[in-house]
Amino acid sequence: MARALQLPEGRVLRYLGLRVVQVVPTILAIVVLNFFFLRLAPGDLAEVMAGEAGSATPEYMAMLRQQFGLDEPLAIQFFKYMGQLFQLNLGYSFRNSMPVLDLILTRAPNTALLMLSSLVLAVALGILFGAISAQWRGRWPDGVLSAVSTIGFATPLFWVGLMLIVLFSVELRWLPAGGMRDLQQAHTGLAAVGDVALHMVLPVLSLAFFYIAIYTRLTRSAMLEVLELDFVRTARAKGIAPLPIAVRHVLRNALLPIVTMTGLQLGTLLSGSVVIETVFAWPGMGRLAFDAVFQRDINLLLGVLFFSSFLVIVSNLATDLVYALLDPRIDVR
Amino acid sequence: MTSPFETLALSRRTLLVGAGASLLLPAAARRAGAAPATGGTLVAVLDPEPAGLVAGLTISAPAVAVSANIFDGLVEYDEGFKLKPSLATSWETSADGTVITFRLRNDVTWHDGTPFTSADVAYSLLEVTKKVHPRGNAVFANLTAVDTPDPHTAVLRFSRPSPVVWAAFNGTETQILPKHLYEGTNPLTNPLNGKPIGTGAFVFKEWVKGERIVLERNPNYWDKGRPYLDRVVFRIIRDPASRAAALETGEAQYIPLNPVPLSDVARIKASKDLVVETRGFEGPAPMYFFDFNLRREPFGDIRVRQAFAHALNRKALAETVFYGLAKPAEGPVPSYQTQFFATDLPQYDYNIAKAEALLDAAGLKKGSDGVRLRIDHIPSAYGEDYRRAGEYFKQALKRIGVDVTLRNYDLPTYIKVVFTEYDFDTHSAWYSAYPDPQIGVQRRYWSQAIKKGTPSSNASGIADPEIDAVIERIQTEGNVEKRNADIRELQRLAQVKLPSVNLLELTFYRAYSAKLSGIDLAPFGGYQSLKTVWVGA
Repeated sequence: MARALQLPEGRVLRYLGLRVVQVVPTILAIVVLNFFFLRLAPGDLAEVMAGEAGSATPEYMAMLRQQFGLDEPLAIQFFKYMGQLFQLNLGYSFRNSMPVLDLILTRAPNTALLMLSSLVLAVALGILFGAISAQWRGRWPDGVLSAVSTIGFATPLFWVGLMLIVLFSVELRWLPAGGMRDLQQAHTGLAAVGDVALHMVLPVLSLAFFYIAIYTRLTRSAMLEVLELDFVRTARAKGIAPLPIAVRHVLRNALLPIVTMTGLQLGTLLSGSVVIETVFAWPGMGRLAFDAVFQRDINLLLGVLFFSSFLVIVSNLATDLVYALLDPRIDVR
Repeated sequence: MTSPFETLALSRRTLLVGAGASLLLPAAARRAGAAPATGGTLVAVLDPEPAGLVAGLTISAPAVAVSANIFDGLVEYDEGFKLKPSLATSWETSADGTVITFRLRNDVTWHDGTPFTSADVAYSLLEVTKKVHPRGNAVFANLTAVDTPDPHTAVLRFSRPSPVVWAAFNGTETQILPKHLYEGTNPLTNPLNGKPIGTGAFVFKEWVKGERIVLERNPNYWDKGRPYLDRVVFRIIRDPASRAAALETGEAQYIPLNPVPLSDVARIKASKDLVVETRGFEGPAPMYFFDFNLRREPFGDIRVRQAFAHALNRKALAETVFYGLAKPAEGPVPSYQTQFFATDLPQYDYNIAKAEALLDAAGLKKGSDGVRLRIDHIPSAYGEDYRRAGEYFKQALKRIGVDVTLRNYDLPTYIKVVFTEYDFDTHSAWYSAYPDPQIGVQRRYWSQAIKKGTPSSNASGIADPEIDAVIERIQTEGNVEKRNADIRELQRLAQVKLPSVNLLELTFYRAYSAKLSGIDLAPFGGYQSLKTVWVGA
């Protein structure tokens, strides 16, 4: 077993180098497409901001467009943007009066905290529940867990979030209804960590409720498939106890689809859950991107999309490496 | 004469509302005579997050709600729409109406310790309000110079009388910015817009984007004894149901704008811990209307427009879609702005038979399918309520054989389609009437307000010489009585010529904890500084 968990070092490095070479043109293509596609949306930031102001004069609109650089020909705007990008400058968000990179760097950790926590919780519980379901297929634990996961999968996230708020915040007053910190008083040190943790409970649970359903169903079906295979029958025939069979033989071989799913979700991590961030007033990337769409804050949107595409590529790469680690038949090349 | 507003008596309605409300106020507020308690943190909620914190530069409802705490204006409104001193202690207008002299307080310093002087006033009006404020260049079009004979006197010189400016000197509209920190910079991109330095009751502390804006008590505030609160924290909560939850759990105590959905108002009102206050929006004065695109047939025919006006049941609209938080409008000016409001305007009662007869007369006969006209309608994209109202229009107009296709868009697309492309048959929206019809009402009717690409301008395309003549008289008339007569005439013409149907006076509302006292009920109270607010027992 230990042998299979090692990857040939030289090959991995060569593989990584090759992928990096592929990544650069991919990201460039994404940026170029985004730049032009986003401009197909009717309306611009100047109109949105004049709309927010309640009224405006044409001179005011022209002034805003000039300030935002929207008065220049599209080609000039494009070359300016690309020029900035090569200096790792993602531009300025006029709607948020802040450089795009700073905005992303302050919001991304908040979203990562939320999403990683719920993903870890969901994967752990999902695998456990899935394994139990598969082991007792057709019996009552399977029935209960299938019912719960179907409900989790089918229930709208925002509704789950709101119901948790009504129950635990409004009625029971156990947990805060939203936000990331207690704003009535400032906490420091360990108390501040505890404060954030307390604010995380409801959003993490709502998100996990949905993801657990996915992982439960995935694990269950993958394990059922493996359970039918010859080597499992052989293991049983050798007299190995059911639990070691389930964990060491069946589950390990059923992990691949779960890794695929986790990789996919890691990639979309930064775009986060718009719904949960909105319902729980969580200052994350999802809400940032969502608002940017409706405010036509193109610079910000381009920045968020750039970051997200980068993350998707990195997590795909990581997924490939984990495949090879889990299944010696898969090789990196 | 000082200002047109000072000549006005408090209207009877305002008095009655005030008297009635005081009986219903929570215990803490009834003890208003008691000395206010000092200290504490108030958590307020905003939506959406403002673009900047200097409302004189990036004005929007949430920006003003924060900014009014940090900056002052020359004057404020009291509850009877009369002006009262703020940075200016007194003011006078020359006999010909072209010179306004403000005497300024001499005990005011900026938050960085620099004294406030008349130079700040001159700079703010000429370089900021007149140049980079979205409507400042229109309102202050006739302002030519600001003299500063001494540090505490500002003399405003106008090329012609401009009574409208009295509706814009309040701090929620025209702020005084620090000249020493803005001069020589582009005001729009000055980094101070995100960490402002003002003269106001609260000092800016921090702004964590997407999460909170923190203000702290200004210990040197010129209005001695105020503010009472130590800290004000503004949170950003985008989801309306979550805003309601934040109030109900006590995590937030004050939501100045759009606090909870209309459908939740009754529930919040019923709670003894919470208050829903509808006063404080008579300044912004939201007026809801139904526009015809006069560039398109058959809307050039007045009988068609009249038919639509008769087919829309404004009372039912107010009571169903707006949950009773609206009142049928009698014209383009709200009835509570008694100084301007014209009574006895022509009205269009809800009358289906009359509407059908008008359409028949206009030659629009019903086809075999019962449809005589197929049109589209674009409701305002500023909220779900207006989309629901669109559904109402569709149903109501179906009864007179008009088949309506609703076109719903997100905000930027809506602005583009309605105000740049003019690609609609009918359109419904609300505009602020503002405290002077010259700012908020004339833009719907003046031919010069047909400004392609400018939101909240004349979208119907009405260009009527008679209406234009009245509007231009209103702009230049220095005599308040004559000007008010012209304003009444404008309302009459608006109802007679009917380029758009005036539907409702909308009621905006704030929601807050019953523990709060001293809430400002002035016409801009919903946006006003929290310097009068304290947390009671």
